[in-house]
Amino acid sequence: MNWEVIGIWLGALLSLSLYSFLYKDNPFYKFAEHLFVGMSAGYWVIYTIMNVLVPNWWQNMVPPSGGFQPIWIIPGVLGLFMLFRLIPKLSSYSRLSLALIVGTGAGLSMTAMLQTNALAQVHGTIISLGTGGGWFDWVSNIIMVTGVVCGLVYFFFSKPHEGVMGGAANVGITLLMVAFGASFGYTVMARISLLIGQTQFLLFDWLPTMGINL
Amino acid sequence: MRLAIPLTITFVAGMIMILQFFVPATQSLGESLQEWYMIVASFAIFLGAMNLITVHVHKIRFRAKNWKYSPVTIAGFAAMVLTGLFMGIETGRPFDFMFTTMMVPMGATMFSLLAFFVASAAFRAFRASNWRATLLLASAFIVMLGRVPIGSMIWNRIPLVSEWIMQVPNLAGQRAVMIGAAMGMVATSLRMIFGIERSYLGGTD
Amino acid sequence: MAKFIEKLGTVDRRVIFLLMALAVILPLAFRMNLPIPIEEGPSKDLYDAIEALPPGSRVLLSFDYDPSTMPELQPMAVALAQHLMTKDIKIVSMALWPMGVSLGNEALTMVGDSLGREEYVDWVNLGYKTGGGVLIVRMGSNIQTVFPNDYDGNPIADMPVMEGVNKLGDFDMIISLSAGDPGIPAWVMMAGDRFNIPIGGGCTAVSAPQFYPYLGTGQMVGLLGGLKGAADYETMVRLEEDDAAPGTATPGMAAQSVAHLVIMLFIIIGNIAYLSTKQKKGGLR
Repeated sequence: MNWEVIGIWLGALLSLSLYSFLYKDNPFYKFAEHLFVGMSAGYWVIYTIMNVLVPNWWQNMVPPSGGFQPIWIIPGVLGLFMLFRLIPKLSSYSRLSLALIVGTGAGLSMTAMLQTNALAQVHGTIISLGTGGGWFDWVSNIIMVTGVVCGLVYFFFSKPHEGVMGGAANVGITLLMVAFGASFGYTVMARISLLIGQTQFLLFDWLPTMGINL
Repeated sequence: MRLAIPLTITFVAGMIMILQFFVPATQSLGESLQEWYMIVASFAIFLGAMNLITVHVHKIRFRAKNWKYSPVTIAGFAAMVLTGLFMGIETGRPFDFMFTTMMVPMGATMFSLLAFFVASAAFRAFRASNWRATLLLASAFIVMLGRVPIGSMIWNRIPLVSEWIMQVPNLAGQRAVMIGAAMGMVATSLRMIFGIERSYLGGTD
Repeated sequence: MAKFIEKLGTVDRRVIFLLMALAVILPLAFRMNLPIPIEEGPSKDLYDAIEALPPGSRVLLSFDYDPSTMPELQPMAVALAQHLMTKDIKIVSMALWPMGVSLGNEALTMVGDSLGREEYVDWVNLGYKTGGGVLIVRMGSNIQTVFPNDYDGNPIADMPVMEGVNKLGDFDMIISLSAGDPGIPAWVMMAGDRFNIPIGGGCTAVSAPQFYPYLGTGQMVGLLGGLKGAADYETMVRLEEDDAAPGTATPGMAAQSVAHLVIMLFIIIGNIAYLSTKQKKGGLR
């Protein structure tokens, strides 16, 4: 039994079932969609057990070399509390788990965001004014600094956008429009790239199994 | 009182994560917290999976809309879990075969559908109704041409102009959004740590 | 003529879908190939950064994506693995997304086998862990606590490729192939800025614009953005290594070009139809 060919046909038929949605919603599409959801959930569960819970929790709590580390009961119990969310009478225990997750995440992201996305970016903006280069680089840097400052002014809604603020906000939104246009261009590119990838699979992996070589 | 314990946990966890950045003595406490975070966060996957099964069993029981497809979801879930648990996840096993031949093409196809919808949306909704929209459109056109070989065949400077748009106006706009979002994130994180923001805890019962 | 243009504005979307499909299928079916000029930019910066690494360096390659973004990121994974392995740079791979493990393993196994590189000596796949940024910070102090075993369950302590690698700072570079969160921002924040490790990246075209601020400040050494980035890298690797296997991104660029032109045409026709309708309504008033 040629499992490779069977695999290619399985993939192709499921892909074409999903593409059939473009004509209209139909049972083949619904079948493939529901199958995908179920299989994805199963995949995540298995990888979480095999790659995280067994090596990082179970093998720490009950080491293969022997013994028992009771401290590791705590994250296990907190994890179990997370599942109590599904039982209305016990769902309030899940707050303890969420509190740990949210507190850890908030504490870590606060310092990281400030350092990476705020201070480093402000530093990069100011420092660019002092970098060398020809007149074109100098003009580009001025546009960049103006764009950053005016963009920030645009997002400041505590004061009405009038007078100087209004002028700066207008410049900001104009530069933001150019940025959003670039993002749109890249988004279009991304979506088409995904279609190209699947088309390559159908044309160059699936069709040859039927003797059609392009 | 019922909120006091979770709020205390949030505060202590948050402060440990901030302090370990500055105070070496809190480093080991921070490391333990990070390991516990990984384990507790993993259980959220089971929450999602159990919720998925519950929803679909409920659909079958009460013959809700599209209930006939719910057994397909449950069967797909069971197939992956059972083969993974009892037959292993190594390359060549049924689990890996199902991932490679079924999940990979389906996942790729799901998102490739967006190419069609982006084309349809661009045709119907992308209107140069004012000068700023026209500027957005012009920027999009230059970038779209600059990112493909045909752009340099039309005019050899299109890739350069496209790259300048990315490195100057786009960078400025993205940086403004980034700094603003970072400030917002810092404020929200502090509010969560100090217990002012409690929406993540659900109701106040 | 005016009526025809107005009708165009209300065409059934399935016609648009069909034209879009033909715009992609025909260039691929006819094996249309366009030359890929290599310009200065983030793709070349990443290539140069890796070229500057001496043989024996250690790179952490993180596969932070899933099958939905595979067409853009898998060609990058293969091209990067080819470049790194050809330069005798050791690869330690992992994933912040569960499905990235298998996809990464596929790329590394394929390239490793073609270049005669040994698993556990020249490369290893540590697997997936939950945690995103928190996980990265923990790896900053001790990798073995986080990854006691590799993807197949083998202890990493005695693996030759892990010799001298105890924490993130022992890597010469970290490259993240990222489709979202957690991904490049987490690596830049938690590893790059915290432990001063050079960060390179590959990402979907959707997210590429938002990483230019990191490139501008030097927080990233280079970036492959979308299929074009992958095609650029494949071309640069093939220019250096004559026996480098052909990738899948380069043949796709012709289809990408035609599809872009078709979408631009749709936008222009849509706007002409809109303006024509607007003028007509303005005339009626």
